[in-house]
Formats: sequence, structure tokens, C-alpha cells
Amino acid sequence: MLDIKHVYKSFNIGTAVQKDALKNLNLHLDPGDFVTVIGGNGAGKSTMLNAIAGVWGVEKGHIIIDGKDVTRDPEHKRAAYIGRVFQDPLLGTAGDMWIEENLAFALRRGKTRSFRWGISNKERAQFRELLKTLDLGLEDRLASKVGLLSGGQRQALTLLMATIRKPQLLLLDEHTAALDPKTAAKVLSITDRIVTENNLTTIMITHNMNDAITHGNRLIMMNDGHIIYDVSGEEKKNLKVSDLLVKFEEASGSQFANDRMMLTR
Amino acid sequence: MTNWLWDIQGGTTLGLIWGIMALGLYLTYRVLNYADLTVDGSLTLGGAISAVCIASGMNPILAICIAVIGGMIAGFVTGILHTKLGIPDLLAGILTQFALYSVNLRIMGKANFGLLNQTTLFTQIKAMGVPSRWAGFIVGIVLAIILVNIVYCFFGTEIGCAVRATGNNPQMVKAMGANTRTYIVLGLVVGNGLVAMSGAILAQYQGYADINMGVGTIVIGLAAIMIGEVIFSKRTYHHRLTGVILGSVVYRIIIAFVLRFSLMVALPIRITTDDMKLITAIIVVIALVSPKIKAEMHTRHLKLEIAEDEEEEVL
Repeated sequence: MLDIKHVYKSFNIGTAVQKDALKNLNLHLDPGDFVTVIGGNGAGKSTMLNAIAGVWGVEKGHIIIDGKDVTRDPEHKRAAYIGRVFQDPLLGTAGDMWIEENLAFALRRGKTRSFRWGISNKERAQFRELLKTLDLGLEDRLASKVGLLSGGQRQALTLLMATIRKPQLLLLDEHTAALDPKTAAKVLSITDRIVTENNLTTIMITHNMNDAITHGNRLIMMNDGHIIYDVSGEEKKNLKVSDLLVKFEEASGSQFANDRMMLTR
Repeated sequence: MTNWLWDIQGGTTLGLIWGIMALGLYLTYRVLNYADLTVDGSLTLGGAISAVCIASGMNPILAICIAVIGGMIAGFVTGILHTKLGIPDLLAGILTQFALYSVNLRIMGKANFGLLNQTTLFTQIKAMGVPSRWAGFIVGIVLAIILVNIVYCFFGTEIGCAVRATGNNPQMVKAMGANTRTYIVLGLVVGNGLVAMSGAILAQYQGYADINMGVGTIVIGLAAIMIGEVIFSKRTYHHRLTGVILGSVVYRIIIAFVLRFSLMVALPIRITTDDMKLITAIIVVIALVSPKIKAEMHTRHLKLEIAEDEEEEVL
């Protein structure tokens, strides 16, 4: 479903602060793969997702989604295949617009927009049903401004928006990191349900090692711009946080020096 | 007393005509979140095209339509300068506005283009037996109602929603597969089309187009938007759009009253229309600052209450 082949990406090229964020990154995802991604700060996790989503071009390499080489396509064109949820709950929704307007906007992801009416009654009924599944009471608030929602509600809504038209690929960039633990758990369980029900090919970055182990069928660890550990199936199920720390030290030759990951394991 | 009433009537007429401009500016400034300085030029452009077309014997409504197309092209140019060439939004607008000064002079061939004894929309309505003072009033009200509804419907369409979302959260718009550049350009095109329409109608209403008629358009538009937001309901989108037009009307009535007041009271300096730009700037400053002062007073009030509660506890 997704192929990343020999991708390189650097920032501030030719300056003293040049940062080689991705170095010969390779990744292959089968349809239905749910991959969790862990790694220290600056390992290239978010850069990888942004490279896939096309936030900017890459220096070298190819990105292929569902057999189509999208390396040269701009962000808004690739969005036809990709659903995204960001770390910042404010980024995934339009706060000044209503819940139903946001959903209607998302329903037209990758489609040509015309002078047709932006939302129909049939769609409203569909939205109500979908929002009910979130169990957050949003189904009765279709005409509420999204800006009035809590961070968790906004993230759940963004998840719904990212998947309301089934994407070939779902990218979750630490989408629970800005939430309190209880809300984060709720949003994660909603994520699990949506991904399983729709059999979505998914990449989820997380800084929580337990979440990385308990969710998805495959786990990859990144360091210094490429993947240093890739595990799936039974082996992944039996992983422990301590195993991951050992693996990290083995592969990178350094301590897992990331306070945030240590604290949240 | 009747003078004051006529001031209100005249102010309303001008306010409605300028309100069309304010509606266009609302689209770029508030909805698209783009401070578009093209408007000073595109208002004059609308007036110039309308005047020249009328003088050539064209149907007044057709003249307005052509003026609107002219304004749309001006907005398109600003949009391309910004989105394709990467010029910052303020500068892109200033550049187009600056260039339009020459374009407008070329169109008119002189700095002031009179429409004496020409057939305009308003002379046509007067010819139907409407008193001359009411012709502009009627045109203004009819146009305002039609345009508010058209703009409202536009924002309800898929494309209109995309324009709103672009002004609100461009990152989300891109993630949802829409090209923000397209919608920025589109918003500028529609906005400047409305501004040019306002200029076109204004030229026919006052009977001339002038190279300086658009000076300060952006500030006048902001005054209208802000007065509208302070005084009128913001509950629905329709209310907001109507509020913009009504804000423009209130602004014109304020100006008319200030002028009338200075005639009646012996001030050391007589206030004239020349002073209106200064007064408008002051109105905009007050409108900009008043929400902050309101919030400040509210927090002070709260602090005071808390302090009183603490005192009581101590006692």
C-alpha cells in the first residue's frame, strides 16, 4: 500500500545548522498494516509522515502510495489518498466553522469542489450516526462551532474527518500527545475501532512505548533519520518496554536519551 | 429637524452603496483573513470603467457588470502576485493598487470624468417618476438585499466553504485535498468584484468618477465592518453580512451628523468633508480598541470582586 524507497530529506541545506532529517529511509506497508512508530526527539518520525503527506518535497527517493508514485505531487493532491491527524488539536479542524461544516468539508476530500450546496440533509443524518459512535455527545451539536470543543473532542472529530472518506493511508502524528491521559486513552480506543472497522493502512507515531506495543500489528523504531528496528506479528505482541530500550541501545549504540519517553513508559 | 432626517436618508443611501464595498472587504479581510489593499484601486477602477462606459452610451447596468469584471481582474492580479510569485499579502495589494492608479488614469483619460446629462441607473429610475432623493435609496436597498443573499449563498456552497476554511485553517484545507492558493485567488476575485461594483454605482450616483475616489477605501470598509460587529448581531452568517452593510450605513450617518453638528455649533474650526479621513481613522481606532478596553474592565471588575471576597473572609 505504501512504499518509501531511499528517501533523503535535509533542512537548512548548505548552512551551519543543516539537519539531515531522513537518511536513506525505506519502508514497505502491506494493505491493512497498522504500524506504530517510536523514536527519540529528532529521529525523523514526523519528518517521515510529512514526507509521505507531501508537506514539502524530498531530495532523493520515491514515495509510492497504492502503486502510484506521488513523490512530485503537492500536498493537496496527495490528500486524495491520505487522511491525517496532527498532534495539535487546533490543526485538524476549522475552529470558526460548525461541526457539520467541517465534516462536510472532509467528506469532499480529494474531490472537485463546485457551486453545489456545501452540505445536504442526507449528509447531516450520516454525520449524526457517525458522531454517535464517538459517544461524546457531539451528535446533537452539529451546528456548534468546533472552536467550542475540548481538545479531545476536536481530536476525535479530526479522526472522523480523516476517515469519513476511506483513505488509502491514515497518518497519525502523536495525535494523543496533547491530551490528558484519560482523554488520550479514549481517543486511542476510538482510533483502534475506526482502523479495525475500516481495515485502514495506518502509521501512528507515539511517544508512549506501551501504546506502541499494544496497538497495531507492527512496530518500527527510528533513529537518526532511518528505521533501526522493525518488528511485527507474535514477536511484537510479546514485546516489553524493557526489550525496546535494549533494542534501542543495541541499534543506536547510545542510551535512550529521551525524558518524555522514559517518563511515559 | 427635517434636516437631520434628510441626513439619515442621505447617509443611508451612501452607506448602502459603500456597503457593497464593505461586503467585498469583509470577504477578504474577515473571511479569508487577508488584508487586501487592492481595494483602494479597484473601487476607483469600478468608477472609472462605469463612467467611461456610460459616456460611450452603454446601458448603465451593463456598465456596472463590466466594472465588476474589471475589479475581478484586479483581485486576480493581487492573488497571483501573492500565491504564485510569493509576494507578501500586504505588498501584493499595495503593488496592484499602485499600478491601478495609472490604469485608471488611462481609462478615464483625465483625473475627473463627469457624467453630466448622461443616462445613469439613477436618471433612469427618476425618469420612472421616483423623486430624485429616493432613487439612490431604492437602488441601495434593493442591491444590498440581493447581494447579501448572493454572498450568503456563495458561502454555503462547497467552494464558498473552502474559501472560509482557507481563511480559518489553511493547513486543514490542504490536508483535505483543496488547494489553498486557488481559494485565496478566488476570494480576492469575488471581493474586488464587489468593491468595483460599489465604485461603479457610486460614480453613477454622484455623477462623476474621480482618480482619488478610492483613497482610504480600506479604512472606510474596516470602519463599516467594525461598527457592524460592535452594534449588530453576529449570531448567524446572514446576520454578520447584514451587519456589515448596516455598519456602513451607521458610519455614513455618523459622518453626516458630524458635518451637520459643525454647521450648527460655533466651533473654532469648521469641520468639513476634508476632515472625514481623520474622523474615520479615529472611529476605526475606537472600534479596534473598545473590545480590549471592555475585556480589561471586565477582568478588573473580577479582580475587585475577588479582593472583596477575600476581605470578607478575613473579617
